[in-house]
Amino acid sequence: MKKILQTPIRDEDLEDLNVGDVVYLTGHLVTCRDVAHRRLIEQKRELPVDLEGGAIFHAGPIVRKLDDGKFEMVSIGPTTSMRMEKFEREFIKQTGVKLIVGKGGMGPETAAGCQEGKAVHAIFPGGCAVLAATKVEEIERAEWQDLGMPETLWVNRVREFGPLIISIDTKGNNLIEQNKARFNEKKAPVMERIFSQVKFIR
Amino acid sequence: MDKEVAVQSLTDTMAKFTSYIGKRLPTDVKQKLADLRTLETNPLAKSIYDSMAENQEAADKLDRPSCQDTGVIQYFISAGAKFPLLGELEEILHNATLGATKIGPLRHNAVETFDEKNTGTNTGSKIPWLDWEIVPDSDCATIDVYMAGGGCTLPGKATVLMPGQGYEGVTEFVFDVITSRGVNACPPLLVGVGVSTSVETAARLSKRAILRPVNSKNPNANAALMEELLEEGLNEVGIGPQGLTGNNSVMGVNIEASARHPSTIGVAVSTGCWAHRRGKIRFNADLSYEVLSHEGVVL
Repeated sequence: MKKILQTPIRDEDLEDLNVGDVVYLTGHLVTCRDVAHRRLIEQKRELPVDLEGGAIFHAGPIVRKLDDGKFEMVSIGPTTSMRMEKFEREFIKQTGVKLIVGKGGMGPETAAGCQEGKAVHAIFPGGCAVLAATKVEEIERAEWQDLGMPETLWVNRVREFGPLIISIDTKGNNLIEQNKARFNEKKAPVMERIFSQVKFIR
Repeated sequence: MDKEVAVQSLTDTMAKFTSYIGKRLPTDVKQKLADLRTLETNPLAKSIYDSMAENQEAADKLDRPSCQDTGVIQYFISAGAKFPLLGELEEILHNATLGATKIGPLRHNAVETFDEKNTGTNTGSKIPWLDWEIVPDSDCATIDVYMAGGGCTLPGKATVLMPGQGYEGVTEFVFDVITSRGVNACPPLLVGVGVSTSVETAARLSKRAILRPVNSKNPNANAALMEELLEEGLNEVGIGPQGLTGNNSVMGVNIEASARHPSTIGVAVSTGCWAHRRGKIRFNADLSYEVLSHEGVVL
């Protein structure tokens, strides 16, 4: 059975989730990436969207403005979450955000932030942006439009948005960091074998 | 054909082609992903390949860019010295990017550096980026279009090794880039390696390498051997789609090389994500054209 999270998300919705689990989201999902993080943390500007119990998406979509002034979500996939590593721990603390959706892993600071704030990071498959757009029912608001299309805070109402693969859980476990350690362990003997076959300089 | 009409015709074709490649993957990439999907046994990895396939079908059906990051547009031009619109090509490709951005629609991805403002047109200083090769005596032009997305551009790295580090050093450099920053760049990646004399020559060649077909081989036997060894070796690490582990890591490894200074080995890595959006089109002098990268295209 599909596990579906609903905003506002409560601590108890997340405490049984473990890295590698797959969930879906129904409710509100707000795009929030590089400059929005910088404005909140460095510039100390108030975010124009309340994220308490909410979900953010590291994403910069393609949006089309319709004749009636509304916006249509054309294509919305995740962007590289690691770019937000510098800010995320403090971001979680200040906003009370519960679900961070993005691409690839994040680092130890975010893992600590997730543990402190009882939040999770999840991976939506990168590049699958049309699949994601079909799960957006409506763009309800667009804030900080001065940042341009990719960086605007698009407030999306979504239905069963996913698959979302939990990559950092509320215990601070970090799936991609675990995987990276495994890759690094595996690569040494492989490289040794290649070294002996590429001695082209004699 | 009147020159003005010819310029407009080429601009329209390139605008349509640029927009097209954001929606449908080239034939070689599509085939490779289908093969990797068949070879995968890890359930989570399999479900990711299923999502990818579902996404590409939806993009085709809904006629939308398959990934929201339609990149910075780059054109790699091999133009005959006698191609009739050689002098006009730069302006044509600039306008083609503007056109494609409307047709796609493509995301506005040009931020003026230092001013730090998104231009809102997907074009800016030296963007679209053009890379030129002039072919003597030819009157044709072959253009590779590439959407350089943020995710697949981030792992890019170049350095200059000392000859004592040898091709072992090249191997280590490639592995380090792919198993660290490559993990977040939407694997399975197409890995481009430039082996050359300095950072910028190696970097340019590494980008040229990912424009080559996925299963192509470098004509030099040692370079081809190294492509094979790196591909097999990286696959053995088992990065899987999206870095979630799996039976394979990469779509392939392509190496491009030049001669080098005896004291240096320039090496660079460029990566293409699984949604490797590139296209190759060849124009004849009368502007009739053939799309070489995508089978069965109607522009």
